[in-house]
Amino acid sequence: MVALSPDLTGLRTPALRRFLTPGLVALLVLASLWSLSSGAAGLGPGQLLAALTGDGLSARDEVVLYQIRLPRLAMGIAVGAALAVSGALLQGLFRNPLADPGIVGVGAGAGLGAVLAIVLGGLLPAGVLAVTGSHLVPLAAAFGGWVTTLLLYRIATAGGQTRVTTLLLAGIALAALAGAATGVLVYLADDRQLRDLTFWGMGSLAGATWGKLAAALPLIALVLLMMPFLARALNTLALGEAQAAHMGIDVQRMKRRAILSAAAATGAAVAVSGGIGFVGIVVPHLLRQADGPDHRRLLPRAALLGAALLVLADLLSRSIVAPAELPIGIITALLGAPVFLWILLSQPSAARG
Amino acid sequence: MLQIDDLKVTLGGRDILHGISLQVRPGEVVAICGPNGAGKSTLLRAALGEVPAQGRVTLNGQDLRQGKPQALARLRAVLPQDTQAAFPFTVAEIVAMGQDAGDFAPEPGLVRRALAEVGLDHLADASIQTLSGGERQRAHLARALAQVWQPVGPQGARWLFLDEPVASLDLGHQLFVMRLMRRYADAGGGVVAVMHDLNLTAMFADRIAFVIGGRIAACGPPDAVLDPGLLERAYGCRIAMNTAPASGPWFVPQAAQAG
Repeated sequence: MVALSPDLTGLRTPALRRFLTPGLVALLVLASLWSLSSGAAGLGPGQLLAALTGDGLSARDEVVLYQIRLPRLAMGIAVGAALAVSGALLQGLFRNPLADPGIVGVGAGAGLGAVLAIVLGGLLPAGVLAVTGSHLVPLAAAFGGWVTTLLLYRIATAGGQTRVTTLLLAGIALAALAGAATGVLVYLADDRQLRDLTFWGMGSLAGATWGKLAAALPLIALVLLMMPFLARALNTLALGEAQAAHMGIDVQRMKRRAILSAAAATGAAVAVSGGIGFVGIVVPHLLRQADGPDHRRLLPRAALLGAALLVLADLLSRSIVAPAELPIGIITALLGAPVFLWILLSQPSAARG
Repeated sequence: MLQIDDLKVTLGGRDILHGISLQVRPGEVVAICGPNGAGKSTLLRAALGEVPAQGRVTLNGQDLRQGKPQALARLRAVLPQDTQAAFPFTVAEIVAMGQDAGDFAPEPGLVRRALAEVGLDHLADASIQTLSGGERQRAHLARALAQVWQPVGPQGARWLFLDEPVASLDLGHQLFVMRLMRRYADAGGGVVAVMHDLNLTAMFADRIAFVIGGRIAACGPPDAVLDPGLLERAYGCRIAMNTAPASGPWFVPQAAQAG
């Protein structure tokens, strides 16, 4: 296994450390501009520049830019950041680089929550609906993700240690359960709900609107705000729960916060994009390889790289077979599944058992 | 002052510790010795609140089992038998975690000095996951040291709780680490260590709490506690005790069966 897990701490040079964050910001900006200036409507870099410098756009281009491309870009950034951060949080919580919301069932749980809200949300008292409004589906997804994460933690973690086998198998079982329940709900759904479900389940940013984004944004913002309070605690948790406690961490409170944050991020992403896989595993892994596992740097950079990666994947998904679109989940899976296998095979054999 | 009063641990209906009481003063190195399964590690872990237990444990007057984690982190550091890091932190990052946990974050160069204390400064930038067992143990000892760097602080003495700190070390590093414990206590800190090696213990500990079957069978200075009768009863083999003028008593197990 040594050959498969080269010690890459040699990559962690001061230069890389210094330029990584600005580099990620630049990558995100470039990816965003590229994304905004490409598409079927023929609104290219020239017009974009014109729009930025205040020269007028044609009415049609204005609609394309402000009602189609910008919301889609913003959604890609929000969802990418949420997925990558929730992956990093879950990995820190389970002390394992293989924990990804899609793989360990948290995404499926969030999906069940979203479907529950779509199909049965109408049965809720009008007062509740008035309060939650368009936030109902993201909140229900976050709740589903939270319940799944709690269950997963109870099942897979004993005495402060998580066994990978138990984690992955429990994730499969929970995902299957959530999938079955989702299936029953789809069966119960009426025609209008089925249409909503189909749009929702496509795992795509194609249906992005400002409204959907506004519905999911509070949850994502909450998680981004929580990151500084979780980073040091997650670092010490890497040495085990007992050691984290001896190093001054209130472990129970920290776990509650981490589980809640990971579920909120996953829920928000799943609610608006229907579950896009592997971003949560690829992004933190690449960043750990580049500049180590310190969560104080890893979490904010995961948000940046996740956003950039998803914007680029979205760009690919709508340019490969243009004018048609590939589901973005296919792109992320093509990138992510090999990385998942790479990490699995480079785990120390003791941790794999 | 570490004060353990009537500490009882029951696991799965089996009594592991039958009401242990022990006092340790700052400036002392106290070793917890005894045969496998006697409850040495359980005693340490129960005192630290890792294991459910009955009884009262205070450290400088604070409840050690249920005190506020942040306040306790500034008072004592803990070295477990083995620590596996889930992610490839560098050795220096691991030690910095200890520094951040104590009050020593503003002290520049402390990570390097803590690593030098355990003879690991050359591995500061290596991944903790690539270290050997003995190196890893010393890296985590440096982390514990960085957490309670000055043996005496505003809340009184600081403390090191070490579970078999020298078990995976070679002879030279065993001595190195034992001296480090001795120095920490001589400077006013307290050291409580679970130990297997009676010879090293006799050389460096002020007192030994000898545990057999979940009870303290004897407690006192090494030459009072380590008598051949007790050791034969504890270990089930004959043990010859020799005395060397320079280092005190030393013990050699005899190949012939006891009896």
